[in-house]
Amino acid sequence: MKGWVARPGRWVVWAIVAFFFVNLIGLVLSVVIDSFGTQWFGTWLPEGFTTHWYGDAWREFGLSQVLFTTGTVAVSVIVISVLVGVPAAYALARRSFPGKQLVMLLFVLPILIPPITYGIPLATVLYKFHIAGTMTGVILANLVPSIPFVVLTMTPFIEQIDPKIEAAARMSGARTLSVFTRILGPLLLPGILAAAILVLVRTVGMFELTFLVAGPDSTTLVVALYNSVFGAGIRANQQVDAMATVYTASMLVLLLIALRFVNPTQLVTRVREET
Amino acid sequence: MTAVAVAAKPSLRHRLAERGIDRVLLLLVPGVVFAVALFLYPFLYGLQLSFTPKKGGPFSNYAEFFRDPYLRNTMWTTLWIALPATLINVLASIPIAYVMRGKMRGKRTLTTILVVPITLGTVLTAQGLITYTGPAGWLNKVLSALGISDEPLPLIHNYTGVLLSLVITGFPFAFLLTLSYLSGIDPTLERAAATLGASWGQRFRKITMPLLAPGLAITFCLSFVMAFSVFPSANLVGDPSGTTRVISIAAYHAAFEEYNFSMGSTIAMIMAVIMLLVIGLVLIWRTTLYRGATGGKG
Repeated sequence: MKGWVARPGRWVVWAIVAFFFVNLIGLVLSVVIDSFGTQWFGTWLPEGFTTHWYGDAWREFGLSQVLFTTGTVAVSVIVISVLVGVPAAYALARRSFPGKQLVMLLFVLPILIPPITYGIPLATVLYKFHIAGTMTGVILANLVPSIPFVVLTMTPFIEQIDPKIEAAARMSGARTLSVFTRILGPLLLPGILAAAILVLVRTVGMFELTFLVAGPDSTTLVVALYNSVFGAGIRANQQVDAMATVYTASMLVLLLIALRFVNPTQLVTRVREET
Repeated sequence: MTAVAVAAKPSLRHRLAERGIDRVLLLLVPGVVFAVALFLYPFLYGLQLSFTPKKGGPFSNYAEFFRDPYLRNTMWTTLWIALPATLINVLASIPIAYVMRGKMRGKRTLTTILVVPITLGTVLTAQGLITYTGPAGWLNKVLSALGISDEPLPLIHNYTGVLLSLVITGFPFAFLLTLSYLSGIDPTLERAAATLGASWGQRFRKITMPLLAPGLAITFCLSFVMAFSVFPSANLVGDPSGTTRVISIAAYHAAFEEYNFSMGSTIAMIMAVIMLLVIGLVLIWRTTLYRGATGGKG
């Protein structure tokens, strides 16, 4: 239907995509190969291969502690933002009230303003109350974008559920709490799961906020990784590469799990309708 | 507030319920409390702090920012990195999404592959750029083996490095948004135009673009937010004391290296203002576009 006119265009597009990917693969491979390499100076491949950088990195950066912190922070952020965000999304989906636009704005702004911008005043306040530098501080800081994210993704999900189902439950004498646990909960479970996984991906990858408020024993993987490159002391490049590989591999697993539950393009469209 | 009123007067409760105010709104309370306590309050605190500098009058921090070229220029540096990166990401995603919209074999796999770079993270991207495009990296080796260039291309520890890093991490995101907006446009509209004899170019300009423009505006804003707060990559693959000294580095430096929280907050506030200005301009442009499109249809 598009005829011959569109054909050359298509080939150009595919060629650009292919070029981007060849380079991207080269970029990733060079890091992964380096993390397994012994010495690599100006040749096509390293002189030999070894896995000892991973062991070194694990010990030297205290990775078990870092991973424990990352896990604790991520799970806490998910649980709190779902518990707080889903009820708020329900109220926004089911009621229109004076000042609703203002509440929406309050939830949209943390997403529209770069983390580092509100992160600096937030860190200042957390330092004032001596919460910064602790795990609580890191969790609180990460909740700032996560709660609005859950609210904005869940609102359209809830709008899709027929209010008649709830009305029927209420007619039969169910109170709000049991409507939530018996009716809405099971219906919303796929949506909640999707939102939770995306919050997980965002929290594990959130650099700025964690960087601004984390103390020595409350750094997450991204921040530890950044510090290992930029912080004081000279470390073997291969160790950094090993850690970066561990980070990317875990993020990849999380994202692939997320993609099993949600179609990526639909998710964005749902977010769009609310923003 | 409403809860007290509701408990006190049953008749008022009915009247309020008609306007949409009832107990369901209590469900909003925890969310709003969190947003106010952790976002609004710190933000206002920072705003107040920016007007109480270590020395001088209330506006002296702002005056200093705009007087000192080392600080003032960080603003232009940031825009000079963020705007091109955002434009590249958004403009490149249009043709790719255009080819991929609608039903296509392997669409899901391709989308997944295009989305995967989101997982890379700044550090792996930075390390990769340094190893891959560095003087002894594969890219320069291939280029010299093919006889394209004699000298290694200077791609890292400068402006180009940061730009490349922003494109690698930002493109998948922009692409995902554009693809979803483009998939949302009803293909029958274009088919109708084709029946009426519109050429491919006419259909693209008169139908697809006007319908896509509002979505593109949002994509631009969200991509710009990501590019504007460039912090780690400016430090890792850039030249953080010179050509890529972005405004977030200046803010971090003031707050956490000089412990001048007042100045740090001032720079953060300036960042927020610039950010909102750019978003505002794009959204204003969007409304003019949107009206134009509807007017054309009517």
